[in-house]
Amino acid sequence: MKRDTLDRVLADREAQRPFVLATRLDTGDQWLIRPDENGVDGVSAQLREAALQALAADRSATVTIDEVDRFLQVFNPPVQIILVGAVHIAQPLCHMALAAGYRVTLVDPREAFATEERFPGVHLMRAWPAEAFRNLRLDRRTAVVTLSHDPKFDDPALELALRSPVFYIGALGSRRTHAKRCARLEEAGFAQSDLNRIHGPVGLDIGARTPGEIAVSVMAELVGCLRAAHA
Amino acid sequence: MIRDQDDALAQAKVWLEDGRSVVLATVVQTWGSAPRQPGSQMCMDDQGRFVGSVSGGCVEGAVIDEARQVMESGEPRLLTYGVTDEMAWEVGLACGGEVRIFVELVT
Repeated sequence: MKRDTLDRVLADREAQRPFVLATRLDTGDQWLIRPDENGVDGVSAQLREAALQALAADRSATVTIDEVDRFLQVFNPPVQIILVGAVHIAQPLCHMALAAGYRVTLVDPREAFATEERFPGVHLMRAWPAEAFRNLRLDRRTAVVTLSHDPKFDDPALELALRSPVFYIGALGSRRTHAKRCARLEEAGFAQSDLNRIHGPVGLDIGARTPGEIAVSVMAELVGCLRAAHA
Repeated sequence: MIRDQDDALAQAKVWLEDGRSVVLATVVQTWGSAPRQPGSQMCMDDQGRFVGSVSGGCVEGAVIDEARQVMESGEPRLLTYGVTDEMAWEVGLACGGEVRIFVELVT
């Protein structure tokens, strides 16, 4: 790998631009293939097509074109988790999500809750969900988890999440809390099929008790949904 | 904070800036049950340090040996490691899979 290639890979990754690094496995020659950029020297139409497919499947792979093996390394922007409510359980959840390589955004208008000391490495938005969500991408590589169990924070976030294609929606709260929540959302015009998208009570049922254990159950459920969607 | 697959490339840049030689190893293909997916990377410097992984610890030692030779020759190598007999002292994957690893010098 040329040093210049390494710099370009790191810069594009930092800018969260999707791209593929194609490497000839016989010579080591490399090319960067970007979806929004055509006509790169040395990249055939067939190679470009294979690279775009790998990008869409989010899966790095070796392909053989004209009897030459090339490795297509996929660089997609990281999976994003948006958490609503800078509560205690959000702390271990942030740690685990960052360790899994995900980008974490935490939304909470309460200054005393959403602090850098409590949430190092996390993108903090001290704003109401309705306002914060306008500046966030809610796409198929995004999960939304509400943790405040306070309707004035959680409900607007859930409504926006339900109107988007996010791969996972989770809402902390007991069965009773969740039943009331669903009743409010139904009143707001959401159908049962919409409400079924919400994982509530959030997380796999593993008998979790502490904030750390609850974070494990949420992460496990979320990863299961992400990888099932990509299988 | 730990960052998953990112750290091999980021570490390569840090080591290069320190004036060290850096070799990258990348999983490019797997068959059967293999511990790390294609795209998993490990970077190594000329002092025997490494960051990242290309297996569950089964072949890293052998890859580090190969990296020294790539560092000297500058020529990339394509390595294949397969299933081993658990009782033998050879390098391979005890999990029953097979993995192909591309090793290259950053120049």
